[in-house]
Amino acid sequence: MNALSLSGRIALAGADLFSGEVVFAEGWTCVMGASGVGKTTLLRVLAGLPVAATFQGHVARPGRIGWMAQADLLLPHLTVAGNVGVIDRLAGRLTQPDKVSACLDAVGLAGFEARMPDTLSGGQRQRVALARALMQEAPCLMLDEPFAALDPATRRQVQTTAQDLLRGKRVVMVTHDPSEALRLADRLLVLAGGALRDVTLPAKPRSGLSAQEAATALGQILLAMEAA
Amino acid sequence: MIRGLTLAAAFVALWQLAVWLGGLPRFVLPPPVSVFAALVDHAALLADHGFTTLLEVMAGLVLGTALGIGLALALHLWPAARRVVEPVLVASQAVPVFVLAPVLTLWLGYGLGPKVAVTVLLVFFPVLGGLIDAMDRVPDTVLDLARIARAPRWREVLFLRLPTALPGLRAGLRIGATFAPTGAVIGEWVGASKGLGYLMLMANARSQADLMFAALVLVIALTLAVRRLADWAVGRLIGLVHFSGTVRPSTSGRLPAQQRIARND
Repeated sequence: MNALSLSGRIALAGADLFSGEVVFAEGWTCVMGASGVGKTTLLRVLAGLPVAATFQGHVARPGRIGWMAQADLLLPHLTVAGNVGVIDRLAGRLTQPDKVSACLDAVGLAGFEARMPDTLSGGQRQRVALARALMQEAPCLMLDEPFAALDPATRRQVQTTAQDLLRGKRVVMVTHDPSEALRLADRLLVLAGGALRDVTLPAKPRSGLSAQEAATALGQILLAMEAA
Repeated sequence: MIRGLTLAAAFVALWQLAVWLGGLPRFVLPPPVSVFAALVDHAALLADHGFTTLLEVMAGLVLGTALGIGLALALHLWPAARRVVEPVLVASQAVPVFVLAPVLTLWLGYGLGPKVAVTVLLVFFPVLGGLIDAMDRVPDTVLDLARIARAPRWREVLFLRLPTALPGLRAGLRIGATFAPTGAVIGEWVGASKGLGYLMLMANARSQADLMFAALVLVIALTLAVRRLADWAVGRLIGLVHFSGTVRPSTSGRLPAQQRIARND
């Protein structure tokens, strides 16, 4: 039961934010679109989180999902380890300290267990949020602009970590950043006028792209956004 | 500490100044020196009555805080009950405690009971209000964590809302602790055979203004001490919650399967 799909109609104040069907395959699917077009709403419906809009239709998603938002959502009164294990605690599952340490190790924060969130940098905090999502060992993850608040250098590092660790999973990420989409996306969708449109991207891996090719690809993404 | 002592000294100086310049008779405003003398002369008597009041205040504070926290949790666990109970609780605070005190004395007698009850009535509401407001104000994005975890409501309330809202409890308890001695003293005024409030009435009736002021000073000291104590206690409680949320770090980190794979390639 790793399928991830959404079919139906999401409407807000009489206007369709989305109507149709979308099936998410393994790998990174990035969703772009103008502000207020309903990207976050679409992602929240997919994650089963409450939205202001009305949704009629069906969502297929596994029992456990990973979630990252633009805010790291770290609880200030818990240690880093407590924050990584908070979903288990809320779900009533036993938190294994070894697993917490392993997840922290994986995101490059080995030995940070006893630190408090207010002693961490923005990048480290978002890494803890990534570790918290990893703890779920969920086949599907939904990311709502998780790296938007980071400075460009830190963003690249955390993106790379996330890409390595989430290989083989279904990841749906909302983003505003065309270069982020170009770096991470296996599939790029643009939401506009209630429909998702595919944007063709160069084949992965894209680290070998020349400056010319990268610029062309970014230009195509921007044009697709304009056209939408 | 030093600032507090300076303030107290300035207050005593102003007081002495008022006595000198105002030319007020001793039975209206006794000079600080004679109040201090009364504190020393009647130390045993004041301690005896003060202990009774302290007992009432502590009992009322503990019960009132427990009631406030319990109600805040219960109302969050059963939103349906909240819609009915909350207006009743708000209305209950519209009844002046001075009006209730004689009724409570009628029902509970002249012992500790009615004093503790009045104190509880004064304490629980700010505690409840501070905590429940803070629990309401936990950001929706943070509550998403509970939704992602598919947490049952009681886990969301206990492990997400309550610890996040503890600063609100602290704020409420600060107000409650400041009110607590007031509650006990009001209870004693209505009908008592012991306590600082009773002592003040007796001293007033006998025109022992210095003793009355000595009791007043003691009530103020008691209020400040109780407030400090309550603040310390809730600070410890917050520390405890932090600790219980801590997962002990482990040195032998074993990677879950898929991360192992991910790191190998």
